[in-house]
Amino acid sequence: MEYEFTKEDLKEIEKIKAKYPEVMPATLPVLWVAQNRFGHVEPEVQRLVAKTLGLPEAHVHGVATFYTQYYKEKKGKYVLDVCTCLSCQLCGGYDILEHLEKTLGIKKGETTQDGKFTLNEVECLGACGYAPMLQITNDKYINNLTVEKTDKLIDMLKKDEEPEYEEIEMPLRKVK
Amino acid sequence: MSSADWKNYEPVLIPNVKDIHKIDVYIKNGGYSALKSVLTDKKKWADSKSVVDEVKAANIRGRGGAGFNAGLKWSFMPPADGGPRYLACNGDESEPGTFKDRKIFEYNPHVFIEGALIAAYAMQITAIYVYIRGEYLAYIKMMEKAIQDAYDKGMIGKNIFGSDYSVDFHVTYGAGAYICGEETSMLESLEGKRGYPRVKPPFPAQKGLWGRPTTINNIETLAHVPSVINRGASWFSSIGAENHPGPILYGISGHVNRPGVYELPSGIPILDLINDVAGGMKNGKKLKAVIPGGSSTPVLRADQLEGITMDSESLRTAGTMLGTAGMVVMDEDTDMVDMLWRITHFYHHESCGQCTPCREGTGWLEKIMLKIKNGNGEVKDLDLLLDITTQMEGRTICALADAAAWPVRHTITRFRDEFEARCKKSAHAVV
Repeated sequence: MEYEFTKEDLKEIEKIKAKYPEVMPATLPVLWVAQNRFGHVEPEVQRLVAKTLGLPEAHVHGVATFYTQYYKEKKGKYVLDVCTCLSCQLCGGYDILEHLEKTLGIKKGETTQDGKFTLNEVECLGACGYAPMLQITNDKYINNLTVEKTDKLIDMLKKDEEPEYEEIEMPLRKVK
Repeated sequence: MSSADWKNYEPVLIPNVKDIHKIDVYIKNGGYSALKSVLTDKKKWADSKSVVDEVKAANIRGRGGAGFNAGLKWSFMPPADGGPRYLACNGDESEPGTFKDRKIFEYNPHVFIEGALIAAYAMQITAIYVYIRGEYLAYIKMMEKAIQDAYDKGMIGKNIFGSDYSVDFHVTYGAGAYICGEETSMLESLEGKRGYPRVKPPFPAQKGLWGRPTTINNIETLAHVPSVINRGASWFSSIGAENHPGPILYGISGHVNRPGVYELPSGIPILDLINDVAGGMKNGKKLKAVIPGGSSTPVLRADQLEGITMDSESLRTAGTMLGTAGMVVMDEDTDMVDMLWRITHFYHHESCGQCTPCREGTGWLEKIMLKIKNGNGEVKDLDLLLDITTQMEGRTICALADAAAWPVRHTITRFRDEFEARCKKSAHAVV
């Protein structure tokens, strides 16, 4: 498949390049632009990024494979990254992961046949006080998960209803 | 204010003001007055060095975990030579148990932006980059908006407050890699590369971003700067513990009733934090263990906590560290073998693979822990684990190997009975 950036993408890439004294620092942000456009950064997409920036393909491939958030292959429409690290482990992160494996009928690392969900186990997402939690496709955090809340989330996503951004009030912070 | 008086502490990083994240509200509540003061009040601030001296006197110990005096770090920057100089703000927070800087991004981004601008002026920086972990997409968007708002108000850009000082401020972010919280790894990532930590020396103050003088500070560290400028170094250093002064954002997670981030003076008794601040143990369970400041800081047993306070001195006496003040609390039902296995899995996953003792060592730690967790371990495996930790510590470019080794060493030493009980009984009979 031929991948091309849109005019808007190219404009954004120019803006990114202007932030830095060299081209190479644009590698990570432009991989993000590519992933937001195509949904992944397969080798073909990595080549497009390299060509657009005038950087070696090997460099872009090296960067894309170092960072876990870049999808090196196609994923489901909703990628569920379930945190099981330390605080989430202590508060039931593995129970949520197992429940999702059962509900979706897939193992962690797999995608459902209809291409709707990919389930992953991930390292600490920095939401330790709101454990257990998961992140949807590198974006929204869903905190303080229970089996009921997880089921509700899956029902919503099946209908392509996006959950709201969850704000968490600082405890002891009595806002005037 | 003493640590004991923490109930009367008024937060400054996350104050009780509605919508303080909006620039107009922030300015109305005295925001950007510290920046204005250092740039325009020549009687009070004769030159940029006077700002460095004030911050040095306040003794803001780096809140990213290393605890180094921020002002002293600033003073390591070589004299300006007309070329570019950088401030890189570390918002990568990825150490398990740590979730404090995101509260600044979310609730009071301008206190950090103002602090970074003051730091930039103090060191005659030409461009500021804030590096935020890629997972914090919501906060990245908030920071981008806050920085644009500050540009629009003339707080960032050319001739700030009519002075001759100009600086640019950019948001940049990662894509999932714990190691990028290590300062030189973050520089590599900012330069668009794989996040391999650099060999020091040269230190970033000599050769940082693109080979130019660079200072790296944690988000919370910089957020403390405006109040130091407004209220003076003596105000800051009079709060909390003498050797580790000032307010701290404590992140408390695990088996407590009210987990969350709390801004309070340093040096609070650990047991007060758990029992009063965090509302005590969940479901009336007994306290078993505490990791005081992120997964790499050695765990303490409940019986080691009496009289221990949250500052570097007291925690060192107890055999651990303050780290990021991200405290993880564990109740009596916690399986220490499972818990430690999960930590070894984390460090194995996050080792960048550059140095052999870390790349191989973290893998061995995880494999042996998995064997023990699954009931196939032998008592001699525990001593093998301890031996591996000594082979890893201090033998690598960065501190990830140390961070992986400490929890293994101290969890096994402090909960040895529990680990032995999980090992094969037959192992005792084998000579």
